[in-house]
Amino acid sequence: MENVKSQENKQYRIALRNSGLIDPGDISDYIAFRGYEALGKVLTEMEPAEVAKMVKESGLRGRGGGGFPTGLKWEFTLKAPGDEKYLICNADEGDPGAFMDRSILEGDPHSLLEAMVIGGYATGANNGVIYIRAEYPLAIKRLQVAIDQAREMGFLGKDIFGSGFDFDLYLKLGAGAFVCGEETSLIQSVEGKRGEPTKKPPFPSESGYMGKPTTVNNVETFAAVPPIILNGPEWFQGIGTETSKGTKVFALAGDINNVGLVEVTMGTTLREIIFDIGGGIPGGAKFKAVQTGGPSGGVITELDLDTPIDYESLKNIGSMMGSGGMIVMDDSTCMVNIAKFFLEFTQDESCGKCTSCRVGTMRMYEILEKITNGEGTEQDLINLNDLARSVKDTALCGLGQTAPNPVLSTMNYYKHEYEDHVYNKKCTAGSCKALLSYSIDPEKCIGCTACLKVCPTNCIDGKAKEVHVIREDECIACNACFEACKFDAVIKP
Amino acid sequence: MPKETMTAENFQKLDKLILQEKETKGALIQVLQKAQGIFGYLPIEVQQKISKGLRIPMSEIYGVVTFYSQFNLEPKGDYMISVCMGTACYVRNAQPILEKISKIIGIKSGETSPDGKFSLIACRCIGACGLAPVITVNEDVYGRLAVEDIKGIIEKY
Repeated sequence: MENVKSQENKQYRIALRNSGLIDPGDISDYIAFRGYEALGKVLTEMEPAEVAKMVKESGLRGRGGGGFPTGLKWEFTLKAPGDEKYLICNADEGDPGAFMDRSILEGDPHSLLEAMVIGGYATGANNGVIYIRAEYPLAIKRLQVAIDQAREMGFLGKDIFGSGFDFDLYLKLGAGAFVCGEETSLIQSVEGKRGEPTKKPPFPSESGYMGKPTTVNNVETFAAVPPIILNGPEWFQGIGTETSKGTKVFALAGDINNVGLVEVTMGTTLREIIFDIGGGIPGGAKFKAVQTGGPSGGVITELDLDTPIDYESLKNIGSMMGSGGMIVMDDSTCMVNIAKFFLEFTQDESCGKCTSCRVGTMRMYEILEKITNGEGTEQDLINLNDLARSVKDTALCGLGQTAPNPVLSTMNYYKHEYEDHVYNKKCTAGSCKALLSYSIDPEKCIGCTACLKVCPTNCIDGKAKEVHVIREDECIACNACFEACKFDAVIKP
Repeated sequence: MPKETMTAENFQKLDKLILQEKETKGALIQVLQKAQGIFGYLPIEVQQKISKGLRIPMSEIYGVVTFYSQFNLEPKGDYMISVCMGTACYVRNAQPILEKISKIIGIKSGETSPDGKFSLIACRCIGACGLAPVITVNEDVYGRLAVEDIKGIIEKY
């Protein structure tokens, strides 16, 4: 297995080993990179229980964010009574700001298919489903091509490698619902129903799709399986930290110079990812925070940048691994506004089944809106904190239980910003519009019309060589006039 | 006005689709997706037809249609403008871009212009975070945008 390990850029590619190197539309490219060799080994030399045990020993944990040991999940399904079992791949990558799975699906679809056949063998399933979001048309197309090719070559279908093992799979397209990333919701959706979560137990490994034992794994988790089979569990064990083995792909985005995917070993620090690999913050701006875990995660400040990342350490600092979205924010980002952004997302995506999530996320959003509009009170801050804690404790599924995290973590690390909004009616980052009013200093304005020309909403009045005036009600606070003025005449709040 | 899609020909296509999927278990979502591909949206008449054909209660069908954001109860414009509101786009100022488009076309997010030309939505992350902020107009993708770029893009259509 040719693992790209480059000391220079501190990356180590396991899940992304082939992405960008092979033609995803040609199965022989994948085979040339030792593709389907792990499957051959599994089907001809190993028993299902041995495969599950091997994955368990490797220490591989769910890359969708939960971090549940994959091999253990496989063992549960294998041991569950019943002849008919299912294996589902969760390719409903709904976290805003995350695109790791898309890259694997588009760049190396066969690695997923190979791992799914291995997973099917290890769990006793003969049928697989890839649940993929409809927002990824290219990934769907390439997967379908890959499935057709694998069938033609005999890697899918009846009697694979002459082992007597049958496995086939098909694609199921999502229809746009974030909650379907939660495994019980996803199963409901695969069955053609509203994607509402169900209570656990029973766990899907006992009663999942159509009431049969079902395993649900994420794309990136699957992608790590063939190398583990080929190189052995000890190899994978040797990479990473005490509790988290292997590598993790992160989608680095936001206010950062090198935007894109990075795959690093567990235990790499955030500082290395953001400053060494990511190249730091553009435009000389100052780093403010990094957000991991999407709408379920939290913000991490400068103080914690040297934390070696793994499932546990991120949790300890109030965030979470999540699926791998990593949004870097500079000092022009308002943390109250970011919390509001995530709550707007979760309240919209809340499926409405349980009261605490349905009502709780809405009320939290309303309070945040009040605060960013400059109407917040001291009581609002107390209510927001209480509400966040009770939703966390009482919601039915992962979406609701983690929805308060963006609020709790920003309130913890950036309490002063909340207080500034409430007591001083000020947004120091300059992004809450209701608390902003741009104006022009008549002493400094020479009437050069530079601001007037760049204003996207044409809300600046004035003639050449006369003092200009901003019509506040139409101003969208885009900051264009501030940047255009060479005489420091535009006053930013 | 948007194109009239409630034609006899399209209803025939729907009948054929229902016949094909009648025996498939859990096929409702894919039938709805294909039906929306035929009609452009899912009016009550279409849902009723699917309900009868697949023998699924209308309440359940309506429940599924309104649960998923992909399904539309109203016809959409010829050009669907989607402004990505994923986190990466949001922190790179997607909001002013949405407001600018809204101002130029004169419709709010979620609406369709009266002439049926444009629909505007603030959409979920399309996974093109490297191009943030991103908008798409039907299949065309525009990335790394500034508010000033918007006018020129809209004028192309």
